[in-house]
Amino acid sequence: MKTYILQRFIQMIIVMLVVMLVSFIIVELPPGDFLTTLREQLTEQNVDPKVIDSTVEMYRARYGLGENWVIRFGKWAWSLMKGDMGYSMQHNRPASELMGERLSLTMWISIATLVFMFIVAVPIGMLSAIRQYSAWDHSFTFLALLGVSVPSFITALVFLLLSVTLLGATTVAGLFSPEYVTAEWSWAKFVDMLKHVWIILFIVGLGDTAGTIRVMRARMLDTLGEPYIDTARMKGLSSAKVYFRHALRVAINPIISSIGMRFPQIISGSTIVAIVLTLPLIGPLLLDSLLGEDVYLACSILVVLTLALVIGNFLADLALAWLDPRIRFES
Amino acid sequence: MVQDAAENVTSLETEVEAEERFDVTKQVSYGRLIYLRFLRNHAAVVAAFALVIIYLVTLVCPFFAPYDPNTRFLEKVAHPPLLPTFIDADGKFHLRPFVFATVQSRDPKTMERMYTKDTDQRFPLRLFVRGDEYTFLFWDSDLHLFGAQDSPVFLLGTDTQGRDLFSRILFGGRISTTVGLIGVAISLILGIVIGMASGYLGGAVDAVIQRGIEVLLSFPSLPLWMALSLSLPRHWSSIRIFLLITILLSIVGWGGLARVVRGMTLAVKSEEFVLASRMGGGGTWWILIRHILPTNLSYVIVAATLAVPGIILGETALSFLGLGIQPPMISWGVLLQDAQKVSFLSQMPWLIAPAFFIMATVLAFNFIGDGLRDALDPYSNF
Repeated sequence: MKTYILQRFIQMIIVMLVVMLVSFIIVELPPGDFLTTLREQLTEQNVDPKVIDSTVEMYRARYGLGENWVIRFGKWAWSLMKGDMGYSMQHNRPASELMGERLSLTMWISIATLVFMFIVAVPIGMLSAIRQYSAWDHSFTFLALLGVSVPSFITALVFLLLSVTLLGATTVAGLFSPEYVTAEWSWAKFVDMLKHVWIILFIVGLGDTAGTIRVMRARMLDTLGEPYIDTARMKGLSSAKVYFRHALRVAINPIISSIGMRFPQIISGSTIVAIVLTLPLIGPLLLDSLLGEDVYLACSILVVLTLALVIGNFLADLALAWLDPRIRFES
Repeated sequence: MVQDAAENVTSLETEVEAEERFDVTKQVSYGRLIYLRFLRNHAAVVAAFALVIIYLVTLVCPFFAPYDPNTRFLEKVAHPPLLPTFIDADGKFHLRPFVFATVQSRDPKTMERMYTKDTDQRFPLRLFVRGDEYTFLFWDSDLHLFGAQDSPVFLLGTDTQGRDLFSRILFGGRISTTVGLIGVAISLILGIVIGMASGYLGGAVDAVIQRGIEVLLSFPSLPLWMALSLSLPRHWSSIRIFLLITILLSIVGWGGLARVVRGMTLAVKSEEFVLASRMGGGGTWWILIRHILPTNLSYVIVAATLAVPGIILGETALSFLGLGIQPPMISWGVLLQDAQKVSFLSQMPWLIAPAFFIMATVLAFNFIGDGLRDALDPYSNF
């Protein structure tokens, strides 16, 4: 078990470094020099030339601009690890300040979507397998295939259309009621968010929930055909015990291990859904920064999102090892 | 007695039938068996027909679309869909479908455009009408599948600039569906080469490639695509942007295919026929291309079919966000940009129509992929 955790941990660190390197290359790809842009912007805002010089000099030193790319990468990676996300040229503010709440909301919504996916998909998939070829099974198999085929931004658009035409809404449904949008975090605001968030979870999670139903059904069918299920039945165990103790524990493993695959998709989904529905998540900020060629902000967002995913994957691996003795002892 | 005999005959017949069916499974070739199994999956067969129609109509879009995508009907801006009917205002049935004329007016309160039907004027639809000129594969023509003389036909309404949405969807579909095919072709080449190398060579090569794929798959694809599309020069011609977007989508998307190919290669490489080929002096490339690739090809095709939707949706999402295909080139994503604005959507709900074309295409690919997978499963009984 210890070697397994250590192995996964080292792997996670390597993946993190590569992710940072790739993101750095993406920062460097677009033509144009950050310092020139910064100098132009500050000049436009009639900032004192001395201040401009010192600001530009500070960034030159901090990011090692003008030196070779290995040193630049090192400095950038180091400042990132210290929690300095860089500077947004568009907003003239440190990137971390802009990301703060949006990032944590994005993470919470993604995790909540994952939980939603589990709660909805596992029982439906299980029941579909137990009652194979029943009306329940047929309808959910069809719905799942439909769900897999509809991307989240189209679900969001259809939701938008329905709320505009049927409910006569003039503004987009957000995460909060209007009176709470700018309010400080409080219990009331949290409760208000809970009232709105479920529809977002549904929109973001639909595709992955549908995919998980399909996997769960297939795995459960495979498992129910195993001889040990017959043995369990012959011992006289109740159906509930056979299904939950013997079948579910084995059938659910691929779903746990697919968290690593689902989570990036959920993050992608929440990014675009947030843009369509103008939610205060990281998505709109990323799009803004990309359209405004605000490379440092864009890249920090990319790195932070991906790092969160890598850590999430690591935790999913640990959960799987804890659940499935075969993985624990194999390595 | 007679009854008994008849029963005997029927039971004999069923026996013969069962035997014949058994023989069929024994005698037909592997390819034909897969084909027969695929035919049994009705959803997949319907999806296959639908997909052929979608690709045919979008590839030859200038002919099937009643108008050029950039033709503007200035008097018919934001016109709602006008479906052809058979029954006129007097309740009389006409064999040839027709559309009514419409008159534009303004809502006195909100100043919104309104169109009212003028049921006195009927414009019958005709096949093979002359209209906007186009060039299709070096062939100049102005022939369109359908249209009405003296009056425009808007099956799905017009957009904010008075352009026919149906025509634009067909032209947009040409880009969106092509991106899927080209993208998968590139992903497939990358996936097959890298996956086979990884599975067959094993050892350090395998470890490095697998870690690389893990890194690739751990990026959230959409933000990564968005960031990468930033590096495309904005001033490039739209056809170059189109090709680069396709390459970009497949660069991020080959990882899953490579994993499938690697798994298959691992399963096959210890088979006797591979060993036999090696004994016979076959080199690595020979074995990979002549023995391992054909064995895996069918499964790879299934994986590729199921990978097309991802690429189509990637392009659509990127273009929808304004980071992919750039106007004047149209794709389904570009068309959906208008539907994003609540003010547009509330007045022109038909702008969401491209979404249903996207869904139909993706659904068709998923059905066919599922059908193929079931048909290829050697353990499924006929």
